[in-house]
Amino acid sequence: MTEQTLQVEILRYRPETDQDPAFQTYTVPYRDDWVILDALNHIKDNIDRTLSYRWSCHMAVCGSCGMMINGEPKLSCHAFLRDYYPNKVRIEPLANFPIERDLVAVTDDFMEKLESVKPYVIPKQERAVDDGPHLQTPAQLNAFKQYTMCINCLLCYAACPQYGLTPNFVGPAALALAHRYNLDTRDAGREQRQEIAASNEGVWDCTFVGECSQVCPKSVDPAAAIQQTKIASTIDWYKALLNPWGKR
Amino acid sequence: MAKSNKPIVWSLFAGGGMLSAFVTPVLIFITGLAVPLGLMSLDSLSYDRMLVLAQNPIAKIVLFAVIFLPLWHAAHRLLTTLHDLGLPKGRIAMTLCYGAAALGSIAAAVVLLRI
Repeated sequence: MTEQTLQVEILRYRPETDQDPAFQTYTVPYRDDWVILDALNHIKDNIDRTLSYRWSCHMAVCGSCGMMINGEPKLSCHAFLRDYYPNKVRIEPLANFPIERDLVAVTDDFMEKLESVKPYVIPKQERAVDDGPHLQTPAQLNAFKQYTMCINCLLCYAACPQYGLTPNFVGPAALALAHRYNLDTRDAGREQRQEIAASNEGVWDCTFVGECSQVCPKSVDPAAAIQQTKIASTIDWYKALLNPWGKR
Repeated sequence: MAKSNKPIVWSLFAGGGMLSAFVTPVLIFITGLAVPLGLMSLDSLSYDRMLVLAQNPIAKIVLFAVIFLPLWHAAHRLLTTLHDLGLPKGRIAMTLCYGAAALGSIAAAVVLLRI
């Protein structure tokens, strides 16, 4: 019996030799329990050691193996060959980001934006260890829990047409994480985050296409986070208008 | 970064979206289906009845709201959709979209006040 195979077309770019990115096709064995990442590892181990891509956990936790699979942003550890077989599969680096090398995208822009929204608890007052744990009710935890599931895989940025058109847009994951900390009862940093979130480049560049929430592998809903931030920022705006002497 | 002034248009957009979602289907049903198909009396949309309705100050406010808010909703949605389709965010597109909504709002207010 001849072995079943699958053709994989990969966008290659080696900056030291290639003028432009170009596709290269590999033939890999087909297994119905293999994901795209297994196929990439097979190529790397057996066919072409020069292929570069990011991965780590192989279980949709680390968020490093995001790439465009047949034009759709997906985690390559989360996309089964059986969903594409027998057709050829096209693999490209995440859209909307520059290419570092082969399937590796340059993600510095996101890292800066993530840092800018201060995605950590900013307490009202520093607490000492002796103060004991800061308790939360299940309802208080539920208010933000889904947003804590973000693994920074950047599929939402690759899916967002606005991020593609307006590179300064802070973008879905960073704004969803800002919202996550704003909703946390241990946090008092909303005003600092609003500097970024309520600016033109923050939530207001979002046109509510909603693709971010569609592609999220962890079922986070960044589109909802952004719309909720828009409502809260609008209330802030009218409050400031009605009370010009109040705290800005 | 400076805080944005977009809440002005966005609140009109959001209010108009809410109204469009809840009220417009009912209005379309009444004016486009129920009355023409005879489910409601043909007389219910007669000129005399509508005139009395539009002369009532509270009805004037309601009529103005169901006209002007969806206009702003449409203007903002059209502008952002044009941007999604790749049209650069320019003053011309903005002036055309919001200008049309502003003109429509003023026209509605003037007409309602003159009734």
